Amino acid sequence: MTPSTDKTPSAGASVSKDAPEAIKAIPVRHYGRYVSAVVVLVLLALLVRAFATAEGLRWKAVGDFFFDDQILEGVKNTLVVSVLAMLIGLVGGIVLAVMRMSKNPVTSSVAWGYIWFFRGTPVYVQLLLWFNLALIFPILDIMPIYKDEMTDVMTPFMAALLGLGLNEAAYMAEICRAGIQSVDEGQTEASQALGMTQGQNMRRIVLPQAMRVIVPPTGNEFINLLKTSSLCSVVMYEEALRKAQNIGNNSSAVVELLLVATVWYLVITSVFSIGQYYLERRYARGSLRQLPDTPWQRVRKNLFSMGRGTGSGAQGA
Amino acid sequence: MSTMVKAERVCKSYGSVEVLKGIDLEVNSGEVFCIVGPSGSGKSTFLRCINHLEKINAGRLYVDGTLVGYREKGGKLYELRDREVAAQRRDIGMVFQRFNLFPHMTAVENVMEAPVQVKRVPKAEARKRAGELLDRVGLADKRDNYPAQLSGGQQQRVAIARALAMDPKLMLFDEPTSALDPELVGEVLDVMKALAQDGMTMIVVTHEMGFAREVGDSLVFMDGGVVVESGNPRDVLTDPQHERTKLFLSKVL
Repeated sequence: MTPSTDKTPSAGASVSKDAPEAIKAIPVRHYGRYVSAVVVLVLLALLVRAFATAEGLRWKAVGDFFFDDQILEGVKNTLVVSVLAMLIGLVGGIVLAVMRMSKNPVTSSVAWGYIWFFRGTPVYVQLLLWFNLALIFPILDIMPIYKDEMTDVMTPFMAALLGLGLNEAAYMAEICRAGIQSVDEGQTEASQALGMTQGQNMRRIVLPQAMRVIVPPTGNEFINLLKTSSLCSVVMYEEALRKAQNIGNNSSAVVELLLVATVWYLVITSVFSIGQYYLERRYARGSLRQLPDTPWQRVRKNLFSMGRGTGSGAQGA
Repeated sequence: MSTMVKAERVCKSYGSVEVLKGIDLEVNSGEVFCIVGPSGSGKSTFLRCINHLEKINAGRLYVDGTLVGYREKGGKLYELRDREVAAQRRDIGMVFQRFNLFPHMTAVENVMEAPVQVKRVPKAEARKRAGELLDRVGLADKRDNYPAQLSGGQQQRVAIARALAMDPKLMLFDEPTSALDPELVGEVLDVMKALAQDGMTMIVVTHEMGFAREVGDSLVFMDGGVVVESGNPRDVLTDPQHERTKLFLSKVL
């Protein structure tokens, strides 16, 4: 199966004895690359210097407040609302996707309408609507099981959770639908021919394969959601940005605290990106003949093969 | 000898396109029944009707004396529920042209999936049985490989083992060697021959005339949604009576 690069007919037999000399050519010099690299590095250095030496910026404050209790509390709240909203989005998304693909015209059009509404309106507006629900329904009355003041139920946390989660479900529904439809129909036929029911087919055969298509955009969605959660300050939810702004306004270190929030967002999104990488790797089982090395495995391999030339690392990618 | 499959004037159409125009045939238990014909003749569609992957529009189709996909009561037909159709399919194994193995499971997991999920066989027992079946199709050493790591012929043999794991009373083969390299066709046919010798009832849609002649007990030639000719494979293949059969065989033999 190896592609033959040799065109001379006689070469095949004599390769072992009399191999042609390896090519040692002087590579082309790309002077333009050196110039552009220098320009970019200089500009970058200027930018860093501008921030490092800015008079209005007290870097010490950034360090001091980074692990402030209030900030940590805010980061925790951001994480809690994001993870829970994502769970609502994931479950709701799968349900909506199945509803949209159902043969029942009522369920499929209701799902369509849901997606149409929640994708078509800004999250900001949705958050405000949930938060102000008490203005139109002062009493929450779910007839036989529950009755309470709406303001007691629709706390900032609940408004944030519902606003983000229900909005996310609309996006996840489309992602899940794309994933489910990407699985070959032959898979369903095979499982049906074996006597599996539609439910078993979905759970055991279709969804695990759909996950390969679903996970990457879902990771994207989650990171988006994490950042969108900063909007929840509008419903008084005390997430990372709101906490940072509170402290910043009180200690007249506005930008310093915004930088604290910025770095925290970067830390969280980086951690979840790594998690996503391993999740994708898990669902690639069976679709690749050989799973690619994890970054850690690659580092170890490179360490052990050091000094033995450059060949080993090249095949990774 | 009892009848395993009985088709009475089976018709199937997709919209205005008639694919099957009244198929009548009987398959006996323990028989290897071959269906040949040009592409588009409806032979694969007919095979898929037998386990209700396709719904028939007219006629009746019985497997082991039971009506497929419907219940007849007081002169009326009732559609079966999803669960009931699934229960009917348990006893009918099917092997596809494109294998359709589950790519996210290893060979042994593919084989044990249906017994565990459908028949609630304990996992350890199912795994042991799956190992034996893989051994039977000559793939004992490939049990932990994923389908992508197997050749076409190996994948198709796993697919046969997967179908056998449900202890079917009838096996349907839908052009099982058509997607294989010529070199790999033999290994799949060998497994099928061994299966036939064990007395399995098999309906085989195929272009392998050699297999039909050697192993087949009956053969029908289909064209344009009807059975043109039927009989003993050796007679039909060597001395076809109809012009259409002669024309087709002159091209494939």
